[in-house]
Formats: sequence, structure tokens, C-alpha cells
Amino acid sequence: MTIVELLFLLLGAVVLGSALLVVTTRHLIHAALWLVVSLGALAGCYLLLSAELVAWVQVLIYVGAVVVLLLFGLMLTRAPIGPSDDLDSGNRLLAAGVAVATAGVLGVLVVRAVKDASIDLEASGARAGTAAEIGAALFRSWVLPFEVLSVLLLAALVGAIVLSRREDEALQPDQVGP
Amino acid sequence: MEAVTWFVVAAPFVASAVGLLAGHRWRAAAAPIAVSGTALATVFAIVVVAGAPWRPGEAVTTSLGAIPTGLVDISVALRADGLAAVVALMVGVVALVVQVYSTAYMADDSRYPSYAALVSLFTAAMLLVVLADDLFVLLVGWEVMGVCSYFLIGHHWERADARPAAVKAFLVTRIGDVGFLFGIFVLGLALGSFRVADVEQRAADLTPTQLTIATLLLLCGVVGKSAQFPLHVWLPDAMAGPTPISALIHAATMVAAGVFVVARLFPAFAAAPDTLAVLAVIAAITMLGGALAALAQDDIKRVLAWSTVSQLAYMFGALAVVAPAAAMFHLLTHAAFKALLFLAAGAVIHVVGSNLMSEMGGLRRQTSTAFWTMTIGLAALAGVPPLAGFFSKESVLTAAEHAALGEERVPAWTGWLVLIAALATVAVTAAYAARLWLRTFLGPPRADAEPHATPAAMRWSLVVLAVPTVGLGLIGLSGSWLPAWVGLPESGALAPSAVTVGLSLLLVAGGALTMYAVWRQAPAADPARALGPLRRVFEQGFHVDAAYDALVVRPVVAMARSVVRIDDGVVDAAVEGTGGGARRLGGVLRLTQNGNLQGYLTGLLVGVVAVVVSVAVVLT
Amino acid sequence: MSLAWPALLAVLLFSVGIYGVLARRNAVLVLMSVELMLNAVNLNLVTFDVWLRDTLHTGQVLTLFVITIAAAEVGLGLAIVLLVYRNRSNIDVDRLRDLGEETGAEASQWRP
Repeated sequence: MTIVELLFLLLGAVVLGSALLVVTTRHLIHAALWLVVSLGALAGCYLLLSAELVAWVQVLIYVGAVVVLLLFGLMLTRAPIGPSDDLDSGNRLLAAGVAVATAGVLGVLVVRAVKDASIDLEASGARAGTAAEIGAALFRSWVLPFEVLSVLLLAALVGAIVLSRREDEALQPDQVGP
Repeated sequence: MEAVTWFVVAAPFVASAVGLLAGHRWRAAAAPIAVSGTALATVFAIVVVAGAPWRPGEAVTTSLGAIPTGLVDISVALRADGLAAVVALMVGVVALVVQVYSTAYMADDSRYPSYAALVSLFTAAMLLVVLADDLFVLLVGWEVMGVCSYFLIGHHWERADARPAAVKAFLVTRIGDVGFLFGIFVLGLALGSFRVADVEQRAADLTPTQLTIATLLLLCGVVGKSAQFPLHVWLPDAMAGPTPISALIHAATMVAAGVFVVARLFPAFAAAPDTLAVLAVIAAITMLGGALAALAQDDIKRVLAWSTVSQLAYMFGALAVVAPAAAMFHLLTHAAFKALLFLAAGAVIHVVGSNLMSEMGGLRRQTSTAFWTMTIGLAALAGVPPLAGFFSKESVLTAAEHAALGEERVPAWTGWLVLIAALATVAVTAAYAARLWLRTFLGPPRADAEPHATPAAMRWSLVVLAVPTVGLGLIGLSGSWLPAWVGLPESGALAPSAVTVGLSLLLVAGGALTMYAVWRQAPAADPARALGPLRRVFEQGFHVDAAYDALVVRPVVAMARSVVRIDDGVVDAAVEGTGGGARRLGGVLRLTQNGNLQGYLTGLLVGVVAVVVSVAVVLT
Repeated sequence: MSLAWPALLAVLLFSVGIYGVLARRNAVLVLMSVELMLNAVNLNLVTFDVWLRDTLHTGQVLTLFVITIAAAEVGLGLAIVLLVYRNRSNIDVDRLRDLGEETGAEASQWRP
């Protein structure tokens, strides 16, 4: 067991543990915070796998933006501070069963498929996941999907604004405000 | 000559067709069309009578061809021999008289055109029965008569007693007609031909079993049509029809068709002694039962109806003792005097406005023509010499006596049975005839009937019928003249024998005088009250109708109701239940569609996992 | 490093995400669980990209794309959640039953 593997196992434990807390905690805000921990630990896993750009993008966007958005969402919907009893629906036993079944099936499948393979982290070198490499690939081979993605983001932005607009806030040309 | 036979049937048929199609639009022509059609038929019948061969076994046959049926062909043919010609003439005369009478009796009836047309159609059908050479042609006429009887009984369909009476008549005769049809099948298939000539010549060649079965089946239809026990129940109720119809159909012609058929096919019947024995029993029961029932009726037409039942039994009694000539003789005289009685009763009802004798009385002055013609008719019915009824009744009694003394081919007990029943009936007949005469025409008047003149058409019809009532009996004195005429020579002379004459005259006098004595005690009351508790039994026809109701009608209606219930509750419920069941099943399935997204997803994932696991298990 | 570890981690993370999606009542928590599932997929993509030493770096680039799209999705998702909150004053997923059919006696009557 190399040091990389050990660190990976530790970080993986953190990821899983905090993910479990996200889905089981009784504090609504704590769930978002545990999500931060989980996603941050996952960024660490990416670093261990020598995918630098992905790791930092993960931190920037997921931890930085998405979780903040989620927190805003919680705030705007008056999430209760402190423990609440009804965060789990009546489905949870069945859901647990399904989750365990899925984990079992997929786990067995995956482990039997790949248990003999191994990642060679030295061969491609540390350069494989750097910004220069990924950026070059992105703007050379993947530039068209990249541009389409930006259109998608624009559409999402416009859609979010349209959806969340209040009707009575539509300003008339000569009005100043409500 | 041959074609004239067809004209006899065609004339009233054409008249009925024209009358049915155009009668209502051209109302003034309805009566002349009907009367002229029937008159033409009578004229042609006279021609046929003149030209018919008078030797037994000979006949003039005309045929339009044969209809192939694959087994035994049906030939569309008519046959004119002495028997058919005489009966056809009788039918024509009575029908003509009834048509003329109806022009006056039904003058203010709005449906007279269809009535007259249906009477013409009936006449055509009866003539077809009489003149038919093929059993199926006879059956056609037989059934058309039944249908016309239904329509004519139900002519006054506004009356609540006419509608069920028409249906009852039709149904009861149809029950008999089923047997009749099968009898024709058996006879025809056994003989290989449906022609009457073949029946006459080759009937004796059949095996006794075939003959007995065929004749018993034919007897079913005959018993139904001629209103004998046990299918007699329709005739008293059929009096709900107009009186001229009762005269034509239910006295002179249709009910006589049964007798005619037996006489026509007599060689077959004569060779089946078991059938004749059955016939004797039926005749004996009917003649006495009918007479006793007539004794207690209040409705004047019902008295005559029961009387018809009883008199027809006389004819069947004669047939049962192998005396078809006597039967035909009585048929002819009965046609004359019974039609006369009905038409005269119609005149009386016309004056009084009611059928019930308890509302009549003392009508001697108001209805003079009806009075003396009815007197003649009742005397003929009772068998008073020298009227026709006396001679024909005597011929029947004489034939029974011959059979009782073992001189005929039938067992002696049938002869004794018929003789004793007939003698008893003679007494009762005289009694009820006297009762009718006394209650209607004498005694204190119970109705306030203003005397109004009977229309001329009605009066002259009565007079015309009175002539044969008086004179027809003289034929019997001439010995074997009529038997040769009707081609039935094997019956002996029609001359009466002294013993039976004396006995029957005594019984006639006894019956009539007894009735007169009872009446004298209380002229205003009904003499039948002397019967005491039996009166009700007789009046209800020995409760045969009630027995049919309990034994047949109620179970059938209950079965029909249960079938309806099964249809509604089982069949319909099953059909509708599938709909309800499908909906309930859908309701169960609907429980999963509760809108809970997480539930849907859970189901989805469970399914996916299950599929993957099963695939993995199957593949390994 | 054996390939099994990251793959197994991805599987477990995915299952945890499934549990969260199916069991949590608050809509925002469901969105969080969806993020967990997406992250598991991302981990898989990165792992296999590194293992295959892809010259196009397909896996990592797709991971970037997934992250972007996930961000867009959360934005829109929260907008919808806000609308729901405005209309019903709660964002319990199991109370959003308009897709469902009514049950009971009235439901079994046939209506065109």
C-alpha cells in the first residue's frame, strides 16, 4: 500500500462519511455544510489522482458557487435553524433498501471487473492533469462543446431569472419602483 | 270444369285482397265486394256440385303442378268429389248469409271493410281446406283459417275480453296444429305422397303403428280446431267476437273443419281402431260436459258456444263408430241451425243491447222474426221431429246403436259409450234449449228494450237459414242418397231405428218439460238455480280453464320470469361486472399513482436493480 | 494504485446519493443528493481518464463539463424550488402530488 493509496483511502472515508451525514442529518444547514466537506475531500481525491485543474475547478465551482447557491435556496425557503424532525419522507426504509441493493450490485460488478487493473500515476507524469494540458485539450479538441456549454449556461441564467421574477415587480417604463 | 274448382277458392280470395287493399279508402264498395265475392263462390260451388261425380272413390282433380321438396313432393291440387262439393256448397251458403247479415249488423262499425275482407279471406281458406287434394294445401287453408279467426275474434279490440280471447283461440288451436303437422309428416312419409287420393286408396297398406301414430297426431289438430276436450277452452271465450263471426266460424265452418278432415281421411282412421277408441272417449266426455256447461251459462252466446262443443262431439262420436255419413249429415244440419241460432241471437242482442239472459225476457213481441226463427233453431237443436236436427241426431244414435250391438268394426264398448253419452246429452240439450227459449222470450221482461225493427238484411238472413233447418232432414229419409253423394258408402243407411227414436223422443220431452216445470215456479228467476252447488261448476266449464292456468300458465310464466331474472342478474351482471371489475382493478393500480416523485423513482430503481440481478444470475 | 478503490468509492458515493434522493423530504436536500450522485460520476470519469492515459483527456474535460452543467442545473432547480415555495409555503417533495390520480370511491366513477 503506497502513501498515495493510504491518503486516498482516508480522503475517501471523509467523502463517504460526510456524504452520509448530508443525507441523514436532522439539521438542514448542517447538511449543506457537510456537503462542503464532502466535495472538498473529493477535490483532494482528484489531486491525488493528479487531476489538478479538475480539483481546483471543483473547489471553485462546487464548493464555492453551488453550495452557496444551495445555502441561499435554504435561506429563501425559510429553512429552520436547528434540528427538524420531518426531513425524511416515509420512503426512507425502502430508499435504504434500494440504495443498499444498488451499492451491492454495482459494487460487486465493478470490483469484479477492475480488480486486476491498476493506475500508473508515474508513467504519464505530473503534467497529465495540469491546467496547460487540460486547457490545450479543451481549446483544441473540445472547443465546440465548450462553446455550446457557454450557450447552455446563458440559457440557464435567463431561465432562472424568468422563473424567479415576481409578476407585480414588472416595472412600467415611467415607473421607478414598486 | 276443372278450372271452376279453382274459381270457387279464388273468388273470395280476390274479394278479400281487394277489400284489404282498397276497402278503407272506398268504404261504400266494401260490402258489395265482399258479398259478391262470396256469392260468386257459392255459384261456382253449385256448378261444382252439379258436375261432381257421385260414385264413391271418384273425384275430379285439377292440379297446378308439384313442388319438389327433396323427400315427398307437394302437389298444388284441388279435388272435387261428392263430399267436398256438398261441404263447399254449405260453406258458401252460410258465408253468403253471414256476409249479408253483417252488412246490417256491422253497419255502424268503423272497421267494417277490413272485417268483410277478413271474412272473405276466411271463406277462401275454408274452401281451400274442403277442396284440397294435397295435405299441405289443406294445411295452408287450415292455418289461414286460424289466423283469420284470431283477427276476427279480436275485431273489437277495444274490449278487454276480446284481446285475450283472440290470443287464447290462436294459441290453443296452434297447440293442436303442432300435432296436426307431424301427423301429416308421418302419413305423407309413410305413404310416399301427400295426396288425399293416395291416402284413400293406400291407407290400409300401412302398418298399424304408422297408422295409429299418424292418426293420433292428426287428431291433436282436429281436437284443437273443433274444440273438443281438452282443447275446447277457447270456444266459449271466442264469443267476445262479433256475432256473425260466431255464426260463421265457430258454429258452421271452422270448427266443422276438424270433422271434415277426419271424414276426408277416413280410410286411414278406419284402419286405426285405437284412434277411434280415443276419439270415442273424447267425444263422450265432450258431448256431456259441453251440454252440462251450457245449462248454467248466463250469456246467450256462451250457451250456444257450449252447445256447439257438445254437438261437434256428436259428429265425432259418429266418426268413432265408423259412421262418417252420419257425422257429415249432422255437420250439415248443425251448420244450418247453429248459424241460424247465432244470427237470431245477434238480432236479440241488437235489440236488447246486452248478451246476458238475465237482462232479457219477454222479448216475444219485440223481435218477432228472431223469435220464431230461433224457436225453429232451438227445436232443431233439441231434436224435435220433423226438423233437420232430429233426423241427423237420430242417424248418429242409430250408428252408435249398431256399434253397441256389435254390427260394426269397432269394439262394442265404444258403441255403448257413445250411445249412452249421446242419450244423456239429448236430455240435457233439450233442457238447455228450453231454458234459453224461456228466459229470452217469455216471462216478465227484465230489460227495457224499445221495440225496433230488425233490419231487412238480418231478417231475411234468418229466414233463408230457417229453410234448410226445416227441410234438410228429409234427405235422411231417402236412405242411402246422402252416403252415395258424399262417397262414403260403407256407412249404412241414415234411416233411424225405432228403439232409438222412441228413447230419444222420451228424453227430449223429459228434458224440456222438467225445465219448463222449474221455470214455472219462478218465471223471473234462472231455472239453473235448481242445480244448486253444481251450477257454479258447470258455469266455469268444470274449472278446466283454472286447471290449465295452474298447470301450464303459471309454471311457464314463472319460468319466463326466472329467465328474465337470470338474464338481468347473471348475464347482464357478468357483462357489467367485467366493467366494474376492470375499474376496481384500475383503482388498485391507481394507488401507486399518488404523485409522490420519490415513490416513482424508488419503484424505477428497484426494477432496474432486479433486472440487473436477474440478468447476472441468468448469465452466470 | 489499484483501480478498484476509486471505482468503489464512486459506487458508494452514488448509492448514498440515491438514498438521499429517495428519502429526503426537502427539495433542496434532494438537490444536494443529486450533486453527490454527479460527483460520483465525475470521480469515475477522472479515474478512468487517468488509468487510460488518454491523450485527449476526455474524462477530465467531460468532468469539467459535468461540473458546469451541474451548476446550471442547481441554479434552475433552485429557481423552481423558489416558485414552489411561493405557491405553497413549503418545499416538501412528497406534498407535490399534482401528478397523482385521486383514489377512493369518487375515483372509480367513469368520467370522459
